[in-house]
Amino acid sequence: MTMLPNATTTKLGLVIDLDICVGCHACAVNCKEWNSGGHSAPLTDFDPYGAEPEGVWFNRIHTFEVVDDVSGASQTVHFPKSCLHCEDAPCVTVCPTGASYKREEDGIVLVNADTCIGCKLCSWACPYGAREFDEDQGVMKKCTLCVDRIYNPNLPQDARVPACVSSCPAGARHFGDFGDPDSGVSRLVEARGGFALMPEQGCKPVNRYLPPRPRQNGGNETVAPRMLDTQAAAATDKAGILARWVDRALSR
Amino acid sequence: MHPAKSVIFFTTTSGAGYGLLIWLAVLAPFGGLPDGAWFTVAGFALAIGLVVAGLVSSTLHLGHPERAWRALSQWRTSWLSREGLAALVTFLPALVWGLAALAGGFAAPAAVVFGLITAAGALVTVYCTGMIYASLKAVPAWHNGLTRFAYPFLSIMTGAGLAIFLLSMFSAAPSTLDTLVEAAIVLFLAGAFLKLAYWRRIDTAEPVSTAETATGLGAIGKVRLLEKPHSGTNYLLREMGFEIARKHAAKLRRLCLAFGFAAPAVLLLLALVTSGALPVLAFAAALCAAIGIALERWLFFAEAKHVMTLYYGQSAV
Repeated sequence: MTMLPNATTTKLGLVIDLDICVGCHACAVNCKEWNSGGHSAPLTDFDPYGAEPEGVWFNRIHTFEVVDDVSGASQTVHFPKSCLHCEDAPCVTVCPTGASYKREEDGIVLVNADTCIGCKLCSWACPYGAREFDEDQGVMKKCTLCVDRIYNPNLPQDARVPACVSSCPAGARHFGDFGDPDSGVSRLVEARGGFALMPEQGCKPVNRYLPPRPRQNGGNETVAPRMLDTQAAAATDKAGILARWVDRALSR
Repeated sequence: MHPAKSVIFFTTTSGAGYGLLIWLAVLAPFGGLPDGAWFTVAGFALAIGLVVAGLVSSTLHLGHPERAWRALSQWRTSWLSREGLAALVTFLPALVWGLAALAGGFAAPAAVVFGLITAAGALVTVYCTGMIYASLKAVPAWHNGLTRFAYPFLSIMTGAGLAIFLLSMFSAAPSTLDTLVEAAIVLFLAGAFLKLAYWRRIDTAEPVSTAETATGLGAIGKVRLLEKPHSGTNYLLREMGFEIARKHAAKLRRLCLAFGFAAPAVLLLLALVTSGALPVLAFAAALCAAIGIALERWLFFAEAKHVMTLYYGQSAV
């Protein structure tokens, strides 16, 4: 049903720490691997070993350079992006068949691959580019927040987190309930000033991003470390007598 | 946005078909339509034929056309669902109208009533088509009042061109034809202004979102993409990363104005001041309009940017 639930008390989502992410893509690879079996399987790849491979991925890591207008200092920020499981998800309301839906019990936005007609309107409605069309299966696919992992009784309790969260080697991804003000993710967002993406689009995304922390050196970012002067041949005149003698001896 | 041929064909062809239905319904009560079964059959065949051809074409771009019937269920929230429902529902009064017109002529009360109901259904359908695009906040170029108005307007405009051709082939009353031709000229000229207003709007509108708001990193400084997430392409870039160079767009805009609006207006004006050769001029006008509006629709997609591209190198949309 593409009518959005009135409000979900449980709002499951992710926190992504842009300060820590090193851009290793482990989360993207694990997401791809996990979803090659189970709920969204298979995630199609075209020409995987050929000259122009491409495929369906739920999680993609962009890399941005941010340049300070004043000091000219630049910073590289790796930016993983996957479905933000918005409260006011436009991808849900535009779906003509009801295949795109938001779960009332935990707020996860999913695609029912059995009823999806592949009209692609949901991917047009999503400002974040979170939904991709699987050309092979003719249906839309997207991050499931590992709904087949987080409730999976076959996994030990602490493994019941999305694949991307468990595989991050830097600990840059967190999973939890944003509807609970005392949850880990809620406290993290409050402590670090977590923000939503493109709030002006009105989707009310649930996922939050933690901004890079300010530099600790504080201040003179434009002065590079002192470089060694390269010694030109003529400069040996200024060197000590022993150095000059060694230089002459070795140059014979 | 990638201009899909099936969607361009669908919206322009069905749009013209619905426009023709509207004109037939509106002209009938004034006794303006020619009598006779041949005209009735030809009129419905042309209009319904165009509508059906367009609707069938629209299912071709689906991943699962066999499940298309499911698209009628979410009319409470989805404009695409509403459009499908309106299109199908409109066939019912259209069928009754056709039978009533064959039985008693277009001016018969039953035919007039069901004609107007069909026309209302046609207008609602085309309005829903426009709203599919106008309701998308993620495509700022479409998300404005001009889009929802343009679809019904262009449908009525192209429908007028078809109506003139049809009526001229069946020797309709000259007074009716003259009025219709005059109305059509006004519509084509107004359409040109509408299109120019839309283009001016998308050229000069303030960006809604920027790379800074998309990444939330604006507090640190100016954001630019350093690395795409993948070296190749993907569905998102193919569907929404379509870009057309400004100079190509400028050329296509001129062609669109020429074929879609100027040429039909000039040809119809010529028809008005000369006598005879109306069927030929009307056909030429309708053909030019078809080419021009196909260009217009192509540009409508090609020139629209999706805010998703802010993650792929665009700085502001």
